[in-house]
Amino acid sequence: MLNVKKIRKDFPMLSNKSKKGHDLIYFDNAATTFKPQAVIDAVCEYYTSYSVNAHRGDYELSYQVDQQYESSRKTVANFIHADVKEIVFTSGASESLNLVAYGYGQKYLTEGDIVLSSEAEHASNILPWMKACEVTKATLDFIPLLDTGKIDVEAFKLKMNHHVKVVTLAQVTNVLGYVVDIQKICEIAHEYGAIVVVDGAQSLPHMPVDVKQLDCDFFAFSAHKLCGPTGVGVLYGKYELLQMSDPFMFGGGSNARFDMCGNILLKDAPYRFESGTPAIEAVLGMKAAINYIMNIGMEHIHAYELELREYLVAQMRQLENVVIYNDHNDSGIVTFNIKDVFSQDAATYFSDYGIAIRSGQHCAKLLMNKLNTSSTLRASVYFYNTKEEVDHFIKICSQINADTMLDVFF
Amino acid sequence: MNDMMKDPMILRSIIMDHYKYPKNHKLNDSNEYIEKHMASESCIDDIRVQALIKNAILEDICFDGEACTIATSSTSIMSDLLKGKTITDARQIISEYRKMIDQKEYDEELLEEAVAFQNVGNQANRIHCATIGWDAIESLMEESEKQNG
Ligand SMILES: Cc1ncc(COP(=O)(O)O)c(C=O)c1O
Repeated sequence: MLNVKKIRKDFPMLSNKSKKGHDLIYFDNAATTFKPQAVIDAVCEYYTSYSVNAHRGDYELSYQVDQQYESSRKTVANFIHADVKEIVFTSGASESLNLVAYGYGQKYLTEGDIVLSSEAEHASNILPWMKACEVTKATLDFIPLLDTGKIDVEAFKLKMNHHVKVVTLAQVTNVLGYVVDIQKICEIAHEYGAIVVVDGAQSLPHMPVDVKQLDCDFFAFSAHKLCGPTGVGVLYGKYELLQMSDPFMFGGGSNARFDMCGNILLKDAPYRFESGTPAIEAVLGMKAAINYIMNIGMEHIHAYELELREYLVAQMRQLENVVIYNDHNDSGIVTFNIKDVFSQDAATYFSDYGIAIRSGQHCAKLLMNKLNTSSTLRASVYFYNTKEEVDHFIKICSQINADTMLDVFF
Repeated sequence: MNDMMKDPMILRSIIMDHYKYPKNHKLNDSNEYIEKHMASESCIDDIRVQALIKNAILEDICFDGEACTIATSSTSIMSDLLKGKTITDARQIISEYRKMIDQKEYDEELLEEAVAFQNVGNQANRIHCATIGWDAIESLMEESEKQNG
């Protein structure tokens, strides 16, 4: 079991108050997460004690930074069960997904090919593929969702054929938080010779992931959703696929040599994708974050979150003013609305009591067709949230209705 | 201004009334109308505002879209208040409205029901909801002036 009380002491943000003096209750962890002191220290330590560039220079400090930078790659590789040379540092999940769509998709897709995705994807996993299809004249197609909004393996199977070259899906979707059976998807896709790109932004922070066991071809995530710094993330790719892919940025660091006739010899993966001076402090911070959550244990984190979710949803079901859209799922994401109250008005009400949740019009099509609403509220918990916070959330939730929603303006 | 317009109960009911039964809440097909689509990443409000402007007079204003209470009601009130006004008068009213939103001194008389939003600054992240329709009409007035040289 987690010692949440002790864990909370590691997070300076958790002792902050709202403007009106309420304890801050942060239920927007699907957007980003708070950082433990160890991560903050790792970032500061770089600027305080190292501060020089990685990969270059022949002096002591530079060597030390290089060692630390590369050891972060080992930490990531170990975390997701990959090989170090399969770990590309990027600015985040969005860049990672774009890198695959540009560097692999645009290079190999041709007219008649199909890219298969779903209507539940984050924009960062759809827009790069729309562009890739526009450029290559390939077709972007979608796996139909079940009425609940779930992605179903059977429905996926019916969509598979030999024209499908890329399957790109989130392991956990960001609106409804359903967990997709990626291992099964990979197995089927590979039978047809398609590669599978996994958007792991919402899954990796919350559950154990083994990319070798999943057998996915690419896997993308952001550090900031797993207690790490913003502006850094990872693209995992099977080594031979990375070697086949082009960088979409060229410059110092990625090339072994070049001449004035335009001949460029790129370095091997992962370095070919890492042009320019990276966010070194963020990479070191990401390492500290991964060490922090691995130390707690991903199984424990996952189990605790599900327990907290069940505790939350069980009480929400009792509230007459609440509609839940993903009553049953295996992640900490709860999507709902307050009856007769526009989502943003409800979010402001929560905010007035120090509770941070997200209101949003997510993927319009998905929501319109499956949920019959144009916008929703999303509460997403992490391992540092508590049952006491849930109790307070429920109390505030029960107060919101069409008559009270404007209270916070007066 | 009469004291009623300071009573929170009255101000709330003005907002709720314009939310539930917004005025001028229907777009027009006529190509004499100019239109501004207001949608932003930071906010889920997504509205279209149309204006029929002739001889520097706002002859008609209408709007439609998906928006929160504050955005819907403030746009409804704006449309009611500015309809029939000259561009010059409308600008004066808008300027007073913005002063009120920024919690500065303002002329209550000019704003009529729009004073209902005097406290919106209490929720700083919602200020843009109270100004979305007003921003739209301002840009439509500019567009109309450009068109007419
Ligand atoms: C499922 C999913 N994919 C991708 C992203 C993009 O992550 P980032 O903004 O860190 O690049 C997010 C972030 O919200 C997400 O939820």
